[in-house]
Amino acid sequence: MSRFADLVHGHLPHLRRYARALTGDVARADDLVQDTLERAWIKFHLWQPMLALRPWLFAIMHNLFVNQIRANARREHMPIGEDQSANLAVRPNQSDLLEVNDLIACLALLPFEQREVLLLVSLEDMSYSEVSEILGIPVGTVTSRLARARTRLRALLDGEGEKGSLKVIK
Amino acid sequence: MSIGPLREEDLHAYADCELDSARAAAIEDVLTRDSTAASLVDNLRAQKAMLHAAYDGILNEPVPHRLARRVHAKSGSWQYAAIVASLVIGTGIGWMLRDARDEQQRVVLPRHAAAAHAVFTPEVRHAVEVKAAEEAHLVRWLSKRLGARVRVPQLNALGYELLGGRLVPEAGRPGAQFMYQDSAGRRITLYLSTDVTNRDTAFRYTRENGLHVFYWIDRELGYALSGDIDKAEILRVARAVYEQLNP
Repeated sequence: MSRFADLVHGHLPHLRRYARALTGDVARADDLVQDTLERAWIKFHLWQPMLALRPWLFAIMHNLFVNQIRANARREHMPIGEDQSANLAVRPNQSDLLEVNDLIACLALLPFEQREVLLLVSLEDMSYSEVSEILGIPVGTVTSRLARARTRLRALLDGEGEKGSLKVIK
Repeated sequence: MSIGPLREEDLHAYADCELDSARAAAIEDVLTRDSTAASLVDNLRAQKAMLHAAYDGILNEPVPHRLARRVHAKSGSWQYAAIVASLVIGTGIGWMLRDARDEQQRVVLPRHAAAAHAVFTPEVRHAVEVKAAEEAHLVRWLSKRLGARVRVPQLNALGYELLGGRLVPEAGRPGAQFMYQDSAGRRITLYLSTDVTNRDTAFRYTRENGLHVFYWIDRELGYALSGDIDKAEILRVARAVYEQLNP
C-alpha cells in the first residue's frame, strides 16, 4: 500500500497538469486523475506494471480519457470550461492572461488525438517512443500527428482558420 | 554532412531533442542558411514555452483535498482512501477513514463464497442449476434476479470450461455462482454478491477453509473467485476475470 503511494506520489502533479491541459476543465481533470489513481491502484495490486511507472500511469489516463470521449461521441471537441467561456472574445496580445485563455481555447479546438500527442511531447517532455507506448500507436504516427497538431495550433493562434465560437476582436 | 532532403518532421525531432548529435549538428547547419526552417524551429520552441507558461503552475499547486474527499465518499474503501489521503496529506491519517461496515463486508463476502464453493463443487449431477449450454438464459435470469448487469467471464483460454451457474441466497438477497472446471476435473467458482453497500474496488486475498479466495467489489457487485488449486493459479484466473469485466 505505502509502496504504491511512494511510487505514484511524484507523478501526481504531472498527471494533474496533463489532465488539465487535456480536458480544459479543472473539475473534469481532477476526476480523470482520481479515476486514473483508482484504476492504477487496482492494476498495481493485480500485477506489477510491465512498463515503467510514468508511461504506465499516463497510458491508464489515456484509456480512461478515450473511453469518456467515446461515451460522449456527439462531442467532437471538448467543452470549454466555464472559467474560459467568459473570455471567448479575446483581444490578441492584450495581456498574458488573455494569451493563456486564447491558448486554452485553441487547444480545445484540436482533435483529441492531436491534443494528446502535442501535450505529451511539448508539455510533458516525453520522447516519441514513450508517447508511442502510452498511446499504443507507431512512432511514425506520433511524428505525423505531432506535426499536424503543431501546424494546426499555430494556425489557430494566428487567427487563421475557423475558430468555432472564438472571436478575435481587432 | 549531408542529411538528404529536409523533412518537416526532422525539424520537429530536432526541436524535441530526438536526434543524435551528428544529425542535430547537420540540422543546425541547415538552420543557418534556411530562414524558413529556422523560423519553424523558433515557432515550435515558442509553442512549447507557451504551454509551459500556461500549465506549469499546476505542478506547484497543492493536490486538492477534493480528491481525497471524493474518493472517500464514492468508494468507501478505507484502504484506497488511506492511499489517497497519504498521497495528499501525509501518512498516518488514513486509519481515521476506516469504515467498520466495510470491514464486515470484507470478511463476509469471501466466507460466503467459500461456503457456496464447498457445498456445490462436490456435486456431480447437480453442480449447477443452469448448464453452460443455456448461457444466454443464465445471464438474463441472473441479471434479472440480482438486479444488476451480470456477465460470465470466458476462461477457456486459461483451460477452464464453464459448467454453468446457479442462484444462491446471499445474506437474504439473491447472489449467484458460476462454476468452471479444468481438464483434470478441478473446479473453481466465481461468486457474485449484491450485498455491497459501497463501491469498493480493492482487490484482496484470503484463505477460507483451505480455499484460496480472491475477491473485490466493483460498483454494484462483489466478486469472489474460490478454488483449492494453488494460489498463483487462482490469482492468474482472477486477473483474467477482472480484465474481462473491466476491459
